[in-house]
Amino acid sequence: MNAPLRDALHAPVRDPLHAPVRDPMVPVPFRIEKVRRDLSDTFTMELVPEAGGEFAFQPGQFNMLYVFGVGEVPISISGDPADRSVLVHTTRAVGQVTEALDALKPGDSLGVRGPFGTSWPVESAFGHDLVFVAGGVGLAPLRPAIYQAMANRQRFGRVIVLYGARTPEDILYKKELERWRGRFDLDVLVTVDRATGKWGGNVGVVTNLIARGGFDPLNTTSFVCGPEVMMRYAAQALEKKGVDTGRIWVSVERNMKCGCGLCGHCQWGPHFTCKDGPVFRYDRVADLFQIREL
Amino acid sequence: MVKPDNLAPLIEDHPFFKGVDTKLRDLLVGCAANERFEAGQFLFHEGQKAEKFYLIRAGTVAIEIDQPGRPPIVVETIAEGEVAGWAWIVEPYRATFDARAVTLVRALSFDAKCLRRKMEADPTLGYDVLRRFVPIMAHRLSAARLQMLDLYAPPKPAKEKTVKAEKADKKSKGANRAPDARLKKAKKKDGK
Ligand SMILES: Cc1cc2nc3c(=O)[nH]c(=O)nc-3n(C[C@H](O)[C@H](O)[C@H](O)COP(=O)(O)OP(=O)(O)OC[C@H]3O[C@@H](n4cnc5c(N)ncnc54)[C@H](O)[C@@H]3O)c2cc1C
Ligand code: FES
Repeated sequence: MNAPLRDALHAPVRDPLHAPVRDPMVPVPFRIEKVRRDLSDTFTMELVPEAGGEFAFQPGQFNMLYVFGVGEVPISISGDPADRSVLVHTTRAVGQVTEALDALKPGDSLGVRGPFGTSWPVESAFGHDLVFVAGGVGLAPLRPAIYQAMANRQRFGRVIVLYGARTPEDILYKKELERWRGRFDLDVLVTVDRATGKWGGNVGVVTNLIARGGFDPLNTTSFVCGPEVMMRYAAQALEKKGVDTGRIWVSVERNMKCGCGLCGHCQWGPHFTCKDGPVFRYDRVADLFQIREL
Repeated sequence: MVKPDNLAPLIEDHPFFKGVDTKLRDLLVGCAANERFEAGQFLFHEGQKAEKFYLIRAGTVAIEIDQPGRPPIVVETIAEGEVAGWAWIVEPYRATFDARAVTLVRALSFDAKCLRRKMEADPTLGYDVLRRFVPIMAHRLSAARLQMLDLYAPPKPAKEKTVKAEKADKKSKGANRAPDARLKKAKKKDGK
């Protein structure tokens, strides 16, 4: 039995998503409390269960969000795992369902199934330097792990966030990144592929930031999330720097249907992405990254 | 320009010359100078003779292309511990971009003619310098390719998708949609 399902079965009955009799295929109604526009095509929603209660999850896990009458999509949870009162999702509107999500307003309802999948193993990085490498909207699935690392800051060596965006206008969570950068115990480096306007920061791909180092490669754990090509090159850059591939973790996205290991729809080589992933140890999937059409 | 008596420790401290042999380092010192650029000053301009290359010790340099009547396009930025300028090593030794100090920049500069002469006279030095430069050039080339891919661009709108992708998508997502959504889609297709 996978961890989220096991947790769900042993959680208190008051918690609507973790009630022992809950069927993972049945969406639970949530109400939209707040919607914030992050970028022209990206927005963050705060949801609360209509029946009340809390929502527990691990950083890196995702939910299946169901827009009634339209369809269902897997979206990572982007909020703080320590705050169970609200469920946070950051979504980029790219197609039918995500655009329908974008059209919803505070007070509207949607269905939630989850949390599903594996998580960023934050605790395994205790005693290490922790390097987050994010690209584009890939910062959203990493944000819960960054919150968790900050809450346990003294347990790590250096904590570094390396983030690459398309242009300065496409930087996700800009204000939060600025706040993090203001902390003395967190290094935040941002780069853009194309500079626009008055941008005076780094220009170039996120792998350039990895090459600059600032961490002890022999004592580093890294969590990488972004488009698949970016993750492949980022993992290679980390490896080249001397980071053990067994200490690099990536988050893989594949089309999903059940989200909980029942249908085989998300199969990636020998893995079901929804159950064995989305967070994978890089050395276990490095070969799959190289296979075309998989 | 400041030229201290002994630049050897600065050369040794820079990641580019990490672990350099002391004999080679002493040969390099003779071609080196310590320089400082205020924000906005140019280290070199596109088309100019590439007479120097720079090891950045502090600050940020923008590598950019000027375009008339519009702001320059920044291709990449180079930071502390990195190298600016490789045209000095490739004929016809002309800079292919502008290099502008974004912040106050402190750099070790190397006189290209001086260094080329020494590299030709001493193949061990020549090999050592090239051995350090080639991976940087390879890395920059691969980074530039990656940058061109525009990886974070929004996915293609469905109508631009290939027939194959469309079919695969329908197969994978169709079953996931609510029946009324699928019905609407089908009706649209039939022109109803
Ligand atoms: C585990 C997991 C976690 C995810 N987390 C997030 C998240 O936190 N935020 C977020 O915005 N998205 C996330 N996604 C991606 C999201 O699920 C898709 O964007 C969504 O399914 C698209 O559905 P749609 O009906 O809106 O678009 P569709 O009509 O299905 O597709 C529109 C276009 O988007 C492309 N597309 C579809 N899925 C993806 C994808 N996964 N990556 C890139 N392009 C895609 C299609 O090829 C098509 O060109 C996640 C996916 C997975 C598997
Ligand atoms: S989506 Fe059904 S098994 Fe993964």
